[in-house]
Amino acid sequence: MSESRRVISVIVENESSVLSRVSGLFAGRGYNIGTLTVAPIPNSQRSRITIATKGDERTLNQITKQLNKLVPVYEVVEHDEMVEKEMVLVKFPIEESLADIEALCGAYNGTIVNVGVSMFIGMVADEPARVRNFINAAQRYNPIEIVRGGVVAIER
Amino acid sequence: MEMNGAQMVCEALVAEGVKTVFGYPGGAIMNVYDAIYKQDGFEHILNRHEQASVHAADGYARATGEVGVAMVTSGPGFTNAVTGLATAYMDSIPMVVISGQVPQSLLGTDGFQEIDAVGISRPCTKHNYLVRDINHLPRILKEAFHIARTGRPGPVLVDIPKDITAEVAEFAYPTDVNLPSYMKVPKAKEEDVNAAVEAILQAKKPLLYIGGGAVLSNASDAIRELAELSQIPTVETLMALGVMGNKNPLLLGMLGMHGNYASNMAMSETDLIISLGARFDDRVTGKLSEFGKYAKIIHVDIDPANIGKLVNVNYPIIGDVKDAVEMMIAGLQGRVNTEQYNDWREVLARYDALYPQSFEDSDEVIKPQWVIERLGELVGEQAIITSDVGQHQMWAAQHFPFDRPRQWINSGGLGTMGFGLPAALGVKKAFPDKTVINVTGDGSILMNVQELVTASEYKIPVINVILNNQFLGMVRQWQTFFYNDRFAETDLSFQPNYKALAEACHGIGYDITTKEEFDAALKDAIAQDKVAFMNIQVARFEDVLPMVPSNGTLNNMMLPKIANPEKGEK
Ligand SMILES: Cc1ncc(C[n+]2csc(CCOP(=O)(O)OP(=O)(O)O)c2C)c(N)n1
Repeated sequence: MSESRRVISVIVENESSVLSRVSGLFAGRGYNIGTLTVAPIPNSQRSRITIATKGDERTLNQITKQLNKLVPVYEVVEHDEMVEKEMVLVKFPIEESLADIEALCGAYNGTIVNVGVSMFIGMVADEPARVRNFINAAQRYNPIEIVRGGVVAIER
Repeated sequence: MEMNGAQMVCEALVAEGVKTVFGYPGGAIMNVYDAIYKQDGFEHILNRHEQASVHAADGYARATGEVGVAMVTSGPGFTNAVTGLATAYMDSIPMVVISGQVPQSLLGTDGFQEIDAVGISRPCTKHNYLVRDINHLPRILKEAFHIARTGRPGPVLVDIPKDITAEVAEFAYPTDVNLPSYMKVPKAKEEDVNAAVEAILQAKKPLLYIGGGAVLSNASDAIRELAELSQIPTVETLMALGVMGNKNPLLLGMLGMHGNYASNMAMSETDLIISLGARFDDRVTGKLSEFGKYAKIIHVDIDPANIGKLVNVNYPIIGDVKDAVEMMIAGLQGRVNTEQYNDWREVLARYDALYPQSFEDSDEVIKPQWVIERLGELVGEQAIITSDVGQHQMWAAQHFPFDRPRQWINSGGLGTMGFGLPAALGVKKAFPDKTVINVTGDGSILMNVQELVTASEYKIPVINVILNNQFLGMVRQWQTFFYNDRFAETDLSFQPNYKALAEACHGIGYDITTKEEFDAALKDAIAQDKVAFMNIQVARFEDVLPMVPSNGTLNNMMLPKIANPEKGEK
């Protein structure tokens, strides 16, 4: 069976052990985690865990069903029609061209967020594929450090 | 009412109707034991090992259908309990285990006897809790019992720090649970059942494939009725023995790795598998790509995750087996023609006549299969049989005439050696008037043999039938078949004196080498009110047959040699 990528949101009770229940399920059953982000849902007792995963159809089905069995899981949303964003922060040496990099960030919905004595930091938030392109493009400016966030998604 | 957390635990257990708790004390759980000392709402049985406490609670649960309860201390007490949790988890047994934990002030400091119980038990419990606030304790206990027994049942761990069992707060045991995130117990959908009914009416060679879920949902009567109404032949998994009753002409027997010929052939040739609470375990299916090759599949299961996990299902029905079967009966009533599957049943009857479940008996040495058949003749219906893991377990499954569900108690999913004796204690506590027999091996019985002492102290007279082949027999069998007779670390001919061992623990022992001795010893053991060891020397190199080698196809079995009367064989 062929593998496909899927982004799922897991709406969970906001309790301390819930992340380990979810990530432990993935580890124990051999499911793939591409990225994982978690944050409380504003004005509620719940959190949203967004997971980008991949697998064949049977595995993806199992992931949803097994997640649904966890007691603190309210809902599992398998995203289909979604807006999906990922963030990346890149630290550049001060010697690189600030103007060029600012333009590059701008092309990917980003900007320069910090300038220090010896370095400056660019930030981009965009679709995962475009974030990858940005990172490729940024390579020629000798980045010191690249920090990628996980995917967040919302149904359209 | 105000009370401390320890008293709350006792009050909750009483409110849940718990009569027997199996456990073992230690530092972190001492407050609760102090409360147990002062109460008389339930009995506490002190096993001699925490693993045994959990297996005993498990046996109690399997025999009664109620939630079993075990109690252990933190650290090593808890880790000893893990095998018990995993055993119950794999077979979906309702159970609540309460463990002590270090005080909250020490949590996360590697305190004395601190271990992350919730972390360790996450993959082998249905759910677990670390209690962080005395005010949550009543709710958590209520939820634990609710989760353990509803939906697909399973064990729940409640880990309670010592300061919480000491702290005093207002106690009111909740009457309801409020768990919005807990999966609703699904109800079989009318349209799904209707589709399945139509498929049954279309089928030429349907087969009822019954699993442990049928026992858990108390669906035996309904399933017997469904089979009777439709005259569809049935096979049972290791976990379902007794659901149809061994005298039922529609029962072909057990299927799978050590299933009988007719059952495995039926599964290979059926055109419609009607799975009732079974989960297509690899010990049942053999090679998946060849499994049920010509069949459409109806799959009834309370756990949606079981459906489509291993095989593609044509007619999924998510819900309780008993409800779904009753709906099927209603749908088939007046419509199903009982002659419809005559040809199919005839084919299967011929298969069964060709290779019935058989063995070659002997006059020189006791055959293990003979012991089981004889046991069936002598105690049959009135006994409850527990078992350990190995050849003896398979022979018990193949040859004992189980005629009702919950009469056969064994660790199917995890295959835990050492389960049988403590489980038997739990069963006997629940049914003191029944003869409870643990069919075990000379390997398995030594795992948890300390429970002889528990049995003697509390006068729980269970009988251990030890099929002593001086081998880890099942492993030896694989070595014979697949490792060219290299018996690596499976020879157990260095033996303890089993009779003396039983006697040293205030039980009674019998050394048995002949059939007559067996009959006499069994009679005597039943009459005694002592825990008994029947140490039976059986044929050392007997193999469990038929056998479908791991990942083989079901219709390709290693079979026992059949007698050829023309050559003068019997
Ligand atoms: C706790 C545990 N350890 C190891 C095994 C692997 N195992 C399965 S059957 C078996 C041999 C059991 O020997 P015995 O109890 O003497 O029974 P027999 O097969 O001889 O009837 C072993 C070691 C197991 N199932 N459980």
